[in-house]
Amino acid sequence: MNITDNQTAIVRLSSIAAAALFIQQGVEPVAQMTVRDRNRIAIQSDILGAAALGIKNVLCLSGDHQKFGNHPNAKNVFDIDSMNLLRMLKDMRDEKRFECGDEMDVEPRLFLGAAANPFADPFEFRVQRLAKKIDAGADFIQSQGIYDIERFEKWLDAARDAGLTDKVYILGGVIPLKSAGAARYIKNKVAGMIVPDSIIDRMKNASDGKAEGIKIAIETVRRLKEMKGVSGVHIMAIEWEEKVSEIAEGAGLPRRSGPA
Amino acid sequence: MIVGERKPMGEILEMIAPHEKVLLLGCGTCVTVCLAGGEREVGILAAQLRIHAKKEGKDLQIEEHTIERQCENEWVDEIKSRVEGVDAVMSMACGVGVQLVAEMYPEKAILPALNTTFMGYPVQHGTWLENCRGCGNCVLHLSGGVCPITRCAKSLMNGPCGGSQDGKCEIDEDIECAWQVIYERLKSGGRLDWMNNYQPPRNWSTAGSGGPRKSVKIEEVVD
Repeated sequence: MNITDNQTAIVRLSSIAAAALFIQQGVEPVAQMTVRDRNRIAIQSDILGAAALGIKNVLCLSGDHQKFGNHPNAKNVFDIDSMNLLRMLKDMRDEKRFECGDEMDVEPRLFLGAAANPFADPFEFRVQRLAKKIDAGADFIQSQGIYDIERFEKWLDAARDAGLTDKVYILGGVIPLKSAGAARYIKNKVAGMIVPDSIIDRMKNASDGKAEGIKIAIETVRRLKEMKGVSGVHIMAIEWEEKVSEIAEGAGLPRRSGPA
Repeated sequence: MIVGERKPMGEILEMIAPHEKVLLLGCGTCVTVCLAGGEREVGILAAQLRIHAKKEGKDLQIEEHTIERQCENEWVDEIKSRVEGVDAVMSMACGVGVQLVAEMYPEKAILPALNTTFMGYPVQHGTWLENCRGCGNCVLHLSGGVCPITRCAKSLMNGPCGGSQDGKCEIDEDIECAWQVIYERLKSGGRLDWMNNYQPPRNWSTAGSGGPRKSVKIEEVVD
């Protein structure tokens, strides 16, 4: 269960607070953390707080630019980048050291995640960037939403050839589409995402767009399950969370124990 | 050069309103080249202000003068008698020039006619591109001559974010992804190592986060 950190730079409930509430409900969250809004001092402080609240999984992101959000006139921070964030949290955990080198008594015990986007450019650098992220401290990787399965496989093959898939758990991102319009919007307006025309055509020609979107998502999860080097999926049913279990069941994923 | 652009007329009129005799002071260096505050722009703004005052039936006297540089004492010192004769000086220099004029004539109202935008160079006639943030710790020799601090929207140091596509930045398709350019330059020069290696957190203390900066020239002797 991923808890986003003011995604698209729109003010939301703090990801750490929300993640702590999930823990109280018996659900293990992945708290997302961006470097857009906090400098290294605030991040380390927040991470200590998150660990004190029982948060273990942290996804380290640079964050959507504030231009996209509801406070486009805000000053961004970007004191460090997502690579530095991984390294900083890894050093806190493994070396019991803050970024400045000072020692701490009790380390935050974290499982560190990073994002990878095989659909962004330059494509050849994307595997190298994955290697850098693993080296910096990533224990798991969450990919951008996958519609262009061939490109994802090409990236995964290159990562496997470089020995990277043995070093990290890769979760493939799946975002169910609600309509052909939504597919076109993602293709044309969302930077760093690719939606092939074949997917747009399927959505356009479907009598029930929403059902087709779920069907495509289920097929994608099934394809991902077969790929060597993919350890799991991350289903991002945006404002459609009730469909997650339908997609998971439809793709034959094992049912998790604990609260739904 | 330092690039600036003239403030909107409404703002200029508001600043001028309390004054009757104003010296419109141009600067002959950067802002002349970027067509914002040189002798030509002084003439245009002076004419606009006179026309406006006449229409409004207001008694406004505008003096026009342009000096070589408003960021150096010697040039600013030369206008002493002109400044003494007016209520206010509207400087058409960058923020540096405005501040030096204010420093040297503290008893006068000093008004900025421009918004100082950035340090950059022209990419076509009438269009300038920001290239340098003056971060105090240059890496251009490593980054293929492209500044990631300035030209990456997130000032990233370890390669492009997930929003880089077709060579464009995620925030605007008219903006090049700096990291795409860096990647191509380094690749053609066989120097991709810099990009593939981990770049640690930046020291921002030289970039203004350490407080206002001062530069003292120390002659270095190379053995």
